[in-house]
Amino acid sequence: MTLRTETFILNAGPQHPSTHGVFRMRFTLDGEVIQDVEPVFGYLHRGIEKLAEGLTYSQDIVFTDRLDYLASMTNNQAYVLAVEKLAGIQVPERAEYLRVIMAELMRISSHLMAVGFLLNDIGAFLTPLLYMYREREKILDLYDMVCGQRLTYNYMRIGGVSQDIPEEFVPALKRFIDSLPRFIKEYEQLLETNEIVLIRTKNVGTLSKESAINYSAAGPVLRASGIKWDIRKADPYSVYSRFKFEIPTGIKGDVYDRYRVRIEEMHQSIAIIKQAMEQIPQGEIQTKVSRVLKPAKGEAYGRIEGPKGELGFYLVSDGGTNPYRLHVRPPSLINLTALRELLIGVKIADAMAIFGSIDICVGEVDR
Amino acid sequence: MTLALQIAQLVAGLEKSVPGSVTESGGNIIVVKPESLFKVLSDLKTNKEWDFNYLSFMTAVDYQTYFEVVYDLISLEHNQEVLVKTRLTDREKPVLPSVISLWKGADFQEREIFDLFGINFTGHPNMKRIFLWDGFQGYPLRKDFKQS
Repeated sequence: MTLRTETFILNAGPQHPSTHGVFRMRFTLDGEVIQDVEPVFGYLHRGIEKLAEGLTYSQDIVFTDRLDYLASMTNNQAYVLAVEKLAGIQVPERAEYLRVIMAELMRISSHLMAVGFLLNDIGAFLTPLLYMYREREKILDLYDMVCGQRLTYNYMRIGGVSQDIPEEFVPALKRFIDSLPRFIKEYEQLLETNEIVLIRTKNVGTLSKESAINYSAAGPVLRASGIKWDIRKADPYSVYSRFKFEIPTGIKGDVYDRYRVRIEEMHQSIAIIKQAMEQIPQGEIQTKVSRVLKPAKGEAYGRIEGPKGELGFYLVSDGGTNPYRLHVRPPSLINLTALRELLIGVKIADAMAIFGSIDICVGEVDR
Repeated sequence: MTLALQIAQLVAGLEKSVPGSVTESGGNIIVVKPESLFKVLSDLKTNKEWDFNYLSFMTAVDYQTYFEVVYDLISLEHNQEVLVKTRLTDREKPVLPSVISLWKGADFQEREIFDLFGINFTGHPNMKRIFLWDGFQGYPLRKDFKQS
């Protein structure tokens, strides 16, 4: 006698603790095995690209804060870079160094969250995440000192940054940077000797080199699959060509490698911040830019290596005060393209581990 | 990218493989005819001389008299970048071939362009709105879209 079986539809999200925001996945299951998955977007679609067309270039900076809200600083940086490219604006050296320091702190903060939430997703509920929050809190305190904001900074402006660092910033940053390696080591000791973490991450959600390239994966997801590609080296912007740092890569491209790459990148960010603190010159932090900017007719694309991958802004100007078109290259959305292939044939219990290892922010997926 | 693209060489190479496809070029931008777009992109990807194996992003712009669709290609091997553009004058039923067979990374981006500009990509396995709901009228990123 044959048993009649049928597939089962499981809906995860949009309100779900493991979907990192309002994101929904529609699984088709055969028993415990995923046969198909359809990601459903749009629950946080605010039409930022359309709204940006109705505001001036400097007003649009505040919208970029609300894309990937766990990495607002780097969003600011990518946008002002594109505007500066479009309008041909030079940025003072000190401002460039300040941008690098803030961006690398943001990378550490975003990677802490990525690792913390990943562990949360694989069952280490909240405890490791709170360790990560402890360090992130110190970064937010540093940002608070600089610009009075903890989440949406609006710190980087066209032609520089909004304000110079206060006196107490440098000693606080030094304290933080000196203490961080010890904390990262602590995470590693707690997690990488934990057999459950290893079993649940190693050889799970493997993305091959060829697939990673074909799926336009970027950032840690691309590097974990063994591709040495980092915009900071491939297309150096700001003053990144002056720093010595490595590009950490993985071998297999599994969940564990993606986690490892993020941990290693935090070490590299610490190295960059240390060099930047040594090299930072005195001087201006803002060039004179007219309040209502009118770049000449044309287009520009500015890209940076954001914490989640290549973040770029494609801007078109018609000579007016507002961008004619603003397009965001969202690393979160494009990295998700590979999700379907990663999940098909996998047990449902691993779905959240794989999804968590991609590290998305729905603010950037839906825009 | 750290290596400047030899655009004249690239255009000459394309003239040989897909004759008459490039209408304009300059900097790292080439503009190609929509009917030869797929051939050009597939040549840029597979020709080892260029090896543009990575689709960085794709998007569209509404210039009112025409739509421009932009493909940003990167060669991870040679560290070079090229922007391939194509122009569609038909506002009623703009159509382009899907490039999913070349780069699977185009999947959501083509759906996004369809959702916000109404440009259809033939050969896409799941051509439907991505951010807006199915009953939504109009395409918001078109310049003639009326905001209520």
